[in-house]
Amino acid sequence: MNAKTLFEKVWEQHEVVPETADTPAVLYIDLHLIHEVTSPQAFSLLRSRGLKVRRTDRTLATMDHSTPTDPDEVFGRVPIKVESAARQVKELERNCREFGIELLGLGSDQRGIVHVIGPELGATQPGKTIVCGDSHTATHGAFGALAFGIGTTEVGHVLATQCLLQRRPETLAIEVSGRLQEGVTAKDLILAIIGKIGVSGGTGHVIEYRGSAIEALSMDERMTVCNMSIEAGARAGMIAPDETTYSYLKGRRFAPQGEAWDRAVERWQALRTDPGAKFDRVVNIDADRLEPMITYGTHPGMVVPITGTVPDAGNDPVHAKSLAYMGLSGGERLQGKPIQVVFIGSCTNARLSDLELAARVLKGRKVARGVRMLVVPGSQQVKREAEARGLAKIFIDAGAEWRESGCSMCIGMNGDVVAKGEYAVSTSNRNFEGRQGTGARTLLASPATAAAAAITGKVTDPRDFLSELKSVVHS
Amino acid sequence: MEPIRSIESRTVVLPFTNIDTDQIIPARFLTTTTKEGLGQRAFADWRYDASGAENPDFILNQPQARGCQVLVAGRNFGCGSSREHAPWALLDFGFRAVISTEIADIFRNNSLKNGLLPIVIDEQTHQWLLQNPGATVKIDLETCTLQLPTGTSVKFPIEGFARYCLLNGIDELGFLLQKSDAIARYEQAHA
Repeated sequence: MNAKTLFEKVWEQHEVVPETADTPAVLYIDLHLIHEVTSPQAFSLLRSRGLKVRRTDRTLATMDHSTPTDPDEVFGRVPIKVESAARQVKELERNCREFGIELLGLGSDQRGIVHVIGPELGATQPGKTIVCGDSHTATHGAFGALAFGIGTTEVGHVLATQCLLQRRPETLAIEVSGRLQEGVTAKDLILAIIGKIGVSGGTGHVIEYRGSAIEALSMDERMTVCNMSIEAGARAGMIAPDETTYSYLKGRRFAPQGEAWDRAVERWQALRTDPGAKFDRVVNIDADRLEPMITYGTHPGMVVPITGTVPDAGNDPVHAKSLAYMGLSGGERLQGKPIQVVFIGSCTNARLSDLELAARVLKGRKVARGVRMLVVPGSQQVKREAEARGLAKIFIDAGAEWRESGCSMCIGMNGDVVAKGEYAVSTSNRNFEGRQGTGARTLLASPATAAAAAITGKVTDPRDFLSELKSVVHS
Repeated sequence: MEPIRSIESRTVVLPFTNIDTDQIIPARFLTTTTKEGLGQRAFADWRYDASGAENPDFILNQPQARGCQVLVAGRNFGCGSSREHAPWALLDFGFRAVISTEIADIFRNNSLKNGLLPIVIDEQTHQWLLQNPGATVKIDLETCTLQLPTGTSVKFPIEGFARYCLLNGIDELGFLLQKSDAIARYEQAHA
């Protein structure tokens, strides 16, 4: 028998028509997630061509990118302040109504960031092909799904045909040996990986994260790792399903029930990469040696251990331009650098365990004077659970703002922005120029590092505040 | 879509690596529900100051950039988000091709579907283009060649089916819709 990788198995199970020299494969899509920002023009295309949505039962819509996080706006007590966002919300409501798609809209208690709710509702499952008009769709690969971001034209293709034309990508194995040390999180791991392979190191590839350090991760942590695959340029990131995956999924809304569950698990177990299967490339990382990581530049590959210094630009004008934007100099230590904003949120790090970690650091402490801390849960369900477990109270008592779920300050479309020139330690995924607001200076880090910075008002090693962290991170 | 055979134009050069889609079109302009008018927002944070006035130092605001249809950029152009607004903005601005040594996957895909040619070339040709902004180049999609004014001609790779669609003005949705029988059979077999 031909030894195959996880990716190859999922790909081959979804070929409606295999690729040829002349034509790409017609690939079947099991789950299509849509949101308000990248879908309107796709529905316009359907209307202009008189087409229907082929499989409304495989399509699920929510609102997250441009939606408010202020409860009065979310629940309609006051109008949505960003008028163009209000228009997109209305437009998605109309499109879902007219085309018969289930919408977890502003008032829904199942609403949230699209990459948080898919897994939370059990719609994300091993072996599925999952797409969304959002590059962080790679998140769902944590379950052993093949999940990737698409553009709006392709959103239209999937709505109309439930299929995409795709050339088969190459495979990249990232083998992570050892185990993450105390105070070092999944976020630090993926930042270290991007730092190592570069922001285009995964271009044209689907990554499979493997090895003992990966197997030890919880589902929340696996999602953090897969989420940022796109920041290394990869089409997708995947992790083989195992008991951790199955116990997370069991009993969730869209998960198979009863006998169907047992049959599904049997099928999922067969998805693991066969011994001896070949990857096009292999990269090795030793988790034992990793430290908490923080970015200093304007892409996620510009990253150093928190104990490190800003690399010198040398003769590289692009590096120099980046440091000028960030207001940093080569050789400067990052620890101790004053910051003005802390953002805990986004599809990378706004799940319950992320909030637990941040709350663990913050408990009984205060946000430093002059620092604005915004905590935005990844979904309404995360919000409810965080409130029930007393995490929200820890944030509020510390002086942080506790909001409704959404993408919020990660992308700054809804008015939650960082002011020009301000430094924000952010648990999100992109530190591009202007990403969190025009002129905003983003330092990407883990929820623990972000919470530590909130307390001191400076870039701070979270290990200074954590002694029992390991039990939280690997719980 | 209009068929594309060749493009002949002067180049405009943005010599930066890793130009991400947040630079090409900042997220705050994604709240549109149409494709039109995004060209005036292309590279907005580099083109305009806080008051909305044009930054005269930025190449796209300079007279020699007017009418240029070919953008030459540093390695890994278009990385970041999947927003198709990026190629829409570049096309609306007047660009019809982007040349680099490496172009990010989703951006490349989105560009091909809208008739913006993503041209990946070798390091040496790229260096020449970076050092000769405003050079008139010819991109021939039939032969997959980029011709420099020096007479040098280099081949570029482009996915065959996308090229066929671009040359003939065919959109891929039509092709997919023709597969509806095969899709129905797949659905029955996997129900």
